[in-house]
Amino acid sequence: MNYQFNTTDLFFAMPEIFMLIAICVIILFDLFVNKKYKKLTYYLTQITLIITGYLAFSLIGENKIILDGNFVLDDISSVLKIFIMGFSFIAVLYTRHYLKTHNILKSEYFLLVLFSILGMMVMLSAYSLLTIYLGLEIMSLSIYSLMAIIRNRPSAIEASLKYFILGAIASGLLLYGMSMIYGVTGSLNITEISSFVAQVSNEILIINFALVFLVIGIAFKLGAVPFHMWAPDVYEGAPTPVTMFISAIPKIAVVVMLIRLLIDGLGGMQNYWNDLFIVLAILSIALGSLAALPQSNIKRLLAYSTISHIGFILLGFVTGVTQGYGAAVFYVLTYSLTVLAVFAVIISLSRKGFEADKITDYKGLNKISPLLSIIMLIAMLSMAGVPPFVGFYSKLFILQELISSGYTYIAIFAVIFTVISAYYYLKIIKTIYFDKTNKNKLITIPLDMKLLLSINGALIIIIGIMPNYWINLAISIF
Amino acid sequence: MDYLLSLLIWLPILAGITVITFGNNRVYIVKWFSLILSIIILLLSIQLWLNFDSSTSLMQFVENYVWIEKFNINYHIGIDGISMPLIILTTISIFITILASWDNIKNKVAYYMAAFLIMEGLIIGLFSALDTILFYVFWEASLIPMLIIIGIWGGANRVYASIKFFLYTFFGSVFMLISFIYMYNKIGSFALQDFNELPLSIIEQSWIFWAFLLAFAVKVPMFPVHTWLPDAHVEAPTGGSVILAAIMLKMGGYGFFRLSLPIVPDATMKFATFVIVLSLIAIVYIGFIALVQKDMKKLIAYSSISHMGFVTLGIFSLFSILQINADNNIIGNFEGAYLGMEGAMIQMISHGFISAAMFLVVGVLYDRLHSREIKTYGGIINSMPKFTGFAILFAMANAGLPGTSGFVGEFMVILSSIQANFWYAFFAAMTLIIGAAYTLWMVKRVFWGPVKNNNIKNLKDINNREFFILAILALIILIIGIYPQFIIEIMHVSIVNLIEQAFTNKLAI
Repeated sequence: MNYQFNTTDLFFAMPEIFMLIAICVIILFDLFVNKKYKKLTYYLTQITLIITGYLAFSLIGENKIILDGNFVLDDISSVLKIFIMGFSFIAVLYTRHYLKTHNILKSEYFLLVLFSILGMMVMLSAYSLLTIYLGLEIMSLSIYSLMAIIRNRPSAIEASLKYFILGAIASGLLLYGMSMIYGVTGSLNITEISSFVAQVSNEILIINFALVFLVIGIAFKLGAVPFHMWAPDVYEGAPTPVTMFISAIPKIAVVVMLIRLLIDGLGGMQNYWNDLFIVLAILSIALGSLAALPQSNIKRLLAYSTISHIGFILLGFVTGVTQGYGAAVFYVLTYSLTVLAVFAVIISLSRKGFEADKITDYKGLNKISPLLSIIMLIAMLSMAGVPPFVGFYSKLFILQELISSGYTYIAIFAVIFTVISAYYYLKIIKTIYFDKTNKNKLITIPLDMKLLLSINGALIIIIGIMPNYWINLAISIF
Repeated sequence: MDYLLSLLIWLPILAGITVITFGNNRVYIVKWFSLILSIIILLLSIQLWLNFDSSTSLMQFVENYVWIEKFNINYHIGIDGISMPLIILTTISIFITILASWDNIKNKVAYYMAAFLIMEGLIIGLFSALDTILFYVFWEASLIPMLIIIGIWGGANRVYASIKFFLYTFFGSVFMLISFIYMYNKIGSFALQDFNELPLSIIEQSWIFWAFLLAFAVKVPMFPVHTWLPDAHVEAPTGGSVILAAIMLKMGGYGFFRLSLPIVPDATMKFATFVIVLSLIAIVYIGFIALVQKDMKKLIAYSSISHMGFVTLGIFSLFSILQINADNNIIGNFEGAYLGMEGAMIQMISHGFISAAMFLVVGVLYDRLHSREIKTYGGIINSMPKFTGFAILFAMANAGLPGTSGFVGEFMVILSSIQANFWYAFFAAMTLIIGAAYTLWMVKRVFWGPVKNNNIKNLKDINNREFFILAILALIILIIGIYPQFIIEIMHVSIVNLIEQAFTNKLAI
């Protein structure tokens, strides 16, 4: 095999390379520096995120496949890298608040976050089965250990173990599918797989098997029904900032992995995986909406709500047109923005020994913190798909693409379950605004958190009122 | 002023946001600020009315900007003779509500005022939207302030009522959204005007018609999807009930005018009889239900449903009065058709003011004795003569006494429906008996008779503020009752145009 390596190509992998170097520097810094300077790791992490985001930004417009076909640089990867950096910046800032109030402020936490982000970046730019798997594993392994970072909390260990075992099964299935593809096509490269599939069409049975395994692996990672069992337990058990992180950010990377594998790679088999996706999406929307109704733990409720949102995202891929993929990407981004705000509220309320994860903990929140209440109101209504919040446009976008592809019945089905799911979002609003509390002590939030939280909430409205640019962006990257 | 309409939409919303930032502790500033803003908005809407040209059915004060390029969604607003009176109704109602809540809301005043101001902007936006997605956004967004109003300041069962209200209307309207998207995929635009010209097969039209009917019927509300209204009304604070009855119910009626008739005329014609039957059931059956209510607010809520039955009856009896002959000409009694449609509009306006007045009357009593039960009261006239005078006038208007606005709308619709079918008119006219029965019986039990107990004996009559509010409403009800022509003039040309659209064959060729 003739492996081509061109040093100038490395320039196009600048964000990843910079991130890796920065992580090494931060590790060394953290090891050797005096204890009182350790809090600087947090700032270094944030600076790393900003600079990496900037590097990704400077590469927008470049469109090439380098490093012997293993690494792709296109708008999907560059733009979404920026979004991942942005969301991670927000998440890390919220996280620090939680770690501080719980006296577990450790540098390892930020380093693991950076590692998992590095994994996601690799996933975004991966263009061969090998690099995709590599990125996925860097991401997943960091998250498993992130989850167990509070090692004396049994629920967190349980969640971590559960996530690890089920995640390993998912990776195994994915790998099995990949090996079948390699066996048939003789290549790991997405471009070559794609041209092979286009030539021989669908007559080779083993490719169909491979496809099923890939879809199952992806569905596992996304948490789509019937491969969702891990999600509620993991969401509930993991420390809140980790739950925030896994519900907001890796989804973007997994969606890109889906695009690379199934659209770029096995696009010729669209009519096969389409049917699988319809089933996954319908089940996810239905189960996510119904199972969330009786929940009393807010993190568990959000897990089910995530499942139903995943259903919507998958519907975007069902359409089989680029516009529909754009809709799915728009949905996942707006969902991340909203879910960050929700978890930020949970984090702001939690203290040592009090996780604020019961819905009843939010009784009369409006009296003790008007800011947190209004953020929660906005986020909940946005998730329910009520205009003028951004969640409405992401649903509109998906529904429009579905109907234009002729899936009107699925669209009707989806909106009926949207109404059902509105009930539990309203239940939270009700708890916050309509219930009475006898607590009197106002909740204080540090300034940086307050500022970012307000911006985060405002963005949900502002993008909701002026969604034009963002919708165009989501389509233009394809 | 080119931006007058936008100003009317956004000024209240911005004012509402400003009020929230004042916080709940500066009650005095909050109240005055909201009141002054609501007066300014009322004046602006009168300015709009003065500049309104009632001799054309074209949209006026049009503004059109690109909003979402990808879907060809525009920020496209404008008004015609159908929206104009409803906008005035909105601004007056909000002004009255803010004034009426002056003393009796003590908890979270800033949120309360903000909710009403924001709702005002959203509803004016709804009445002027010419793009269906814009329409939908305003339609849904206006649920949020109402949810908050019922949920925070409502009565004992407020949580149930507020969530029921929200889910009912949300469920009704999502199918409307699906229809919009469906039509968008046929024509590539969300503009109302384009939808009006879009040819659709009768099957498509029927589906869209049912989707629209579900959305609007829930809002009007029509039998059998009316059950949210009594709950919402009973639990809502007085101001919430006033706005719910005065404006929110009109959104449904407006939807029939603006969307159902022009977009799916053939299906509307096909199913008109069905809707008329539902309207008649609402008028008669719900009237009887109102008769047995023990709670005053519930009684008025049911009477609202019954009165709104006239609106749908007036709109849909159009298709029994006029027909299309073989040469594609519209034949029939045009005067009768105008009478029905304009009667429906007048009924909406008049019901807006009368039901607002009735809820305020109950509100005045509730503020004093904290009970809505009819049996708590008796002999109010002895301690509150001025108040009773107003209350009787409003009750008479509710029963449809000639000389009040309640008579005009109902009478026009009855006159028109007799052209359609004798039995329509027969059942509709029964309301004159049933309506009088439930209203007057309530009046008898609450206001007449001996003073029931010491609490009533010690009641203070209405203060100047309450007198002022009730006097304004009484004046408007009488003016419309005596000289309804000035409202009819505003809308006549638009109604004529609408009837033409409703008889255009839109079946796909």
